[in-house]
Amino acid sequence: MTRQVKFIQGNEACVEGALYAGLDFFAGYPITPSTEIAEHLSLRLPRRGGKFIQMEDEIASMCAVIGASLTGHKVLTATSGPGFSLKQEALGYAVMAEIPCVIVNVQRGGPSTGVPTHVSQGDVMQARWGTHGDHSIVTLTASNHQDVFAMTVEAFNIAETYRTPVILLFDEVVGHMRERLEIPEPGEIPLVERLRTAVREGVDYHPYLPREDGRLPMSDFGGVHRYNVTGLVHDMWGFPSDDPRMVHGLLRHLVDKIENNAGQMARFKTYYLEDAETVLVSFGSAARSALHIVESLRPRGERIGLLELQTLWPFPADVVRQYCNEAHYTVVVEMNMGQVCQMVKNAVRHPERVFLANRIDGVFITPTDIKQILRLIKGRGV
Amino acid sequence: MAVKNYIRERFFPHLWCAGCGHGIVLGGLIRAVEELGLSRNEIVMVSGIGCSSRISGYVDFHTLHTIHGRALAFATGVKLSKPELNVIVPMGDGDALAIGGNHFIHAARRNIDMTAIVMNNRIYGMTGGQYSPLTGPGMLATTAPYTNIDQGFDIVEMARAAGATFVARTTTYHVQQMSELIREAVLHEGFSVVEIMTQCPTYFGRKNKQGSAVEMMKQMKAMTTPVGSKAKQENPELIERGIFVQVDKPEYCAEYDRIIDRARGGK
Repeated sequence: MTRQVKFIQGNEACVEGALYAGLDFFAGYPITPSTEIAEHLSLRLPRRGGKFIQMEDEIASMCAVIGASLTGHKVLTATSGPGFSLKQEALGYAVMAEIPCVIVNVQRGGPSTGVPTHVSQGDVMQARWGTHGDHSIVTLTASNHQDVFAMTVEAFNIAETYRTPVILLFDEVVGHMRERLEIPEPGEIPLVERLRTAVREGVDYHPYLPREDGRLPMSDFGGVHRYNVTGLVHDMWGFPSDDPRMVHGLLRHLVDKIENNAGQMARFKTYYLEDAETVLVSFGSAARSALHIVESLRPRGERIGLLELQTLWPFPADVVRQYCNEAHYTVVVEMNMGQVCQMVKNAVRHPERVFLANRIDGVFITPTDIKQILRLIKGRGV
Repeated sequence: MAVKNYIRERFFPHLWCAGCGHGIVLGGLIRAVEELGLSRNEIVMVSGIGCSSRISGYVDFHTLHTIHGRALAFATGVKLSKPELNVIVPMGDGDALAIGGNHFIHAARRNIDMTAIVMNNRIYGMTGGQYSPLTGPGMLATTAPYTNIDQGFDIVEMARAAGATFVARTTTYHVQQMSELIREAVLHEGFSVVEIMTQCPTYFGRKNKQGSAVEMMKQMKAMTTPVGSKAKQENPELIERGIFVQVDKPEYCAEYDRIIDRARGGK
């Protein structure tokens, strides 16, 4: 059987990935450059009995998907910068109540309305710290449509495995660009389904008591186990508590379940890194230009390679160290003022060898831009 | 089933102040559910933040205690994803109509089958007595030390205008009527709103010199009258109690099922 091939936008590739993963509930609010995700899901979801709803605002969309996740469904919402800001409180609720859900942010320039709707990658730190309080979060990204598809499936898998919200941080260029997508056969990419409790009716079920492997089996609302879900610090029953040991224990659990599995969640791609003296680190659409310049400089004998990050949070510091510690130059290519660059500096042995190649003017960073910055860094002049 | 089977005893004692009307609402709600004969497994209670919202913790249903003002948005996700569930959404006046006002009018507009109970004590109690959109002009609150100049909402009129297909009002004094109205509201297919005027002796009562909880309840009796009563004609200042709206309109989840049929090539 041949795979189905489509020539589509990145936002549609995300839709295909979500449907492949088993999405059955979407709530959203129109915002460029993510709107195509809502439009296509309004067409596709009802055909398989799924639910699509356009809510009254961004906040309501985030809340509705959390509600729908609790009845046992795989859920998604999609937005862009301003909407992502509005969703943050409810996103924190999903962190605290440990409710699987996937949030797409197709990034545009900010702050505020910014330059609608030119490209930017300025929401990396907002994805990490947008909601208040100590917490951890999972954020994935991709530079091409095949990877948008794969990372979307991955996002649902991670959300179910760790009972956590997962952010897909795409950008305007990837979202709107058209290119080829081969849709994998069913079963080709493994899917993680919701882990439901084996506790029988009439026996106490503890929604917040982790198993030995750290996972927390769920019970669908409407099922035989009735329990409380709250954004307050809670005990294993879901009942509110301000017992200092409980507060400390829950915060540690919420952070540790993500950070202790950073290695398992680290997704990245390497290009020409075996002998690279100059390592470009990039992600999202910027990585396309980075790869282009690597492949054009290699034939000229330049020892240059690319580390493309697909997991941004938890930050894959070990991966960065592995590939950048020995580099003469590490150059982070991103369309913001150095949000990932700073993380790379924090990770490596020689932060003074880490440089930023960026654009923040709403214009896509080109291979030529990177080439000129590389010449400057190496003191060759432009 | 006895009333005590509907509550989570290990959650008690509750956090409401002595004299608070919210416990009366809890009692009325449980009696309504008991009379309806609903299984606890079929009921999801979704609440927001505030004194009133703690009610969800005390009942042995599926309970979702969410964030301030957004209970109806969470509830919409619960209901649309599993329409066979009965969704009950208790909210305070600030929760439902200030921070949550947008969700309130849009849930009403959609006519999605759930029951919103607005426990209206005209004050933000959890934060210590600030004025709400229901406090009304001339009253005192910790953020209105020189009297409140904010005009109030009429919950019934707003719910009606927004498209709610069942709208009722009662008070904590009228406990029998409260249970009857909640029962009717839950049975109604569509978005139902029950405003329950309730007393906050700790903040609203004390700030406005309204006396004890009992005196405040007596006052609610004196200031209300059944819908369409002669007393209302003689004294327009009286607030009416009873059912104001009870109409049939297409319900959102049922309509969505038709969308699924259409998408699958049916009519």
